[in-house]
Amino acid sequence: MNEPKKYMNPYLGGVLLGLVLAVAFWVSGRGLGASGAAKSVIVAGVETVAPSHAENALFYQEYGSTHEHPLKSWLVFEMLGVLVGGFLSGALAGRLHFKVERGPNVSSRIRVIFAVIGGIFFGFGAQLGRGCTSGSALTGMSVLSAGGFITMAAIFGTAFALAWFARKLWL
Amino acid sequence: MGPLIVNEIISPNTNFLIAFFIGIAFGFILEQNGFSSSRRLAGMFYGYDTTVLKVFFTAAITGGLALLFMSLFGWIDLSYIYINPTFLWSAIGGGVIMGAGFIMGGYCPGTSFCAAAIGKIDALAFIGGIFIGIFAFAEGYPLWESFYKAEFMGSPLLSDWLGLSRGVLMLLIILVALAMFWVGEWAEKKFARKDYTINQR
Repeated sequence: MNEPKKYMNPYLGGVLLGLVLAVAFWVSGRGLGASGAAKSVIVAGVETVAPSHAENALFYQEYGSTHEHPLKSWLVFEMLGVLVGGFLSGALAGRLHFKVERGPNVSSRIRVIFAVIGGIFFGFGAQLGRGCTSGSALTGMSVLSAGGFITMAAIFGTAFALAWFARKLWL
Repeated sequence: MGPLIVNEIISPNTNFLIAFFIGIAFGFILEQNGFSSSRRLAGMFYGYDTTVLKVFFTAAITGGLALLFMSLFGWIDLSYIYINPTFLWSAIGGGVIMGAGFIMGGYCPGTSFCAAAIGKIDALAFIGGIFIGIFAFAEGYPLWESFYKAEFMGSPLLSDWLGLSRGVLMLLIILVALAMFWVGEWAEKKFARKDYTINQR
């Protein structure tokens, strides 16, 4: 098996990512995001499976009052692109493999369980915080939004503060 | 001139198509920088790989500077750029919960989709968790609605809070970022691990 290609220089990567962000601002008047697309999928799913519940529950009512069809959203199209772009990059670099990535001292089972728990926290927190690392922290910082800096500091500060407790997962 | 969509230079459907292409570039760059690797993402919090810090802050600075220059050249009207509103308590609370999710799960939402695209099973599990978390938030919404909407402050800029111009704040951020990059480079040597190679040019 061939060795996968090396990753990009991080500062070059950062500049390129920032330029993509700038294009998004220039074309669409908004930055990048991720968790909003997952929310669209949930809302669309609930509206399809349980339409009467979606009409009565407050969260879906508030969402529906400010959006058209949930899947017809900028972030949904953007995240479909992320899947394509990630796949293309992985294919070109020789990194397409099914695997559970984990620290050296943790079993795959534990790693997957904590991945699910982490996802639950992140999904919930991104709703409360009105956006995740992309939409709230990265984009928010670029536009100098006060809330973006607060959320960014809270995300990274908490992760650093809890790193000692989670060390068995990664070290 | 810009933003194109606000000034009706492109149609809403074209905007969606461009969103798709922007996403491809976004995903491609994330993957090229190894944001598809949970060990690399988690490495920032243990110091053995600070790539995330470098890419994230370089991107925020580049995007922010590009906005300021496009505004200076008259290419974009900053008043049409969406500024995230600030609800103080939910911004902090949401961030704390996301931080806990980050260190347990090893991904954030954008990076988990990128990692799932190259076959990472742990990323798929994380995405499953995201859907559960959002669904839980939606179903229990009346319970935390008041916290979610508390302490609304409009859409303030940090520069307004500090009484600085946007440009001066951006300069300060660049200086802070340079200091953090220096710490990051130091940490990667100090906390290097035998079982992990950073693997970049």
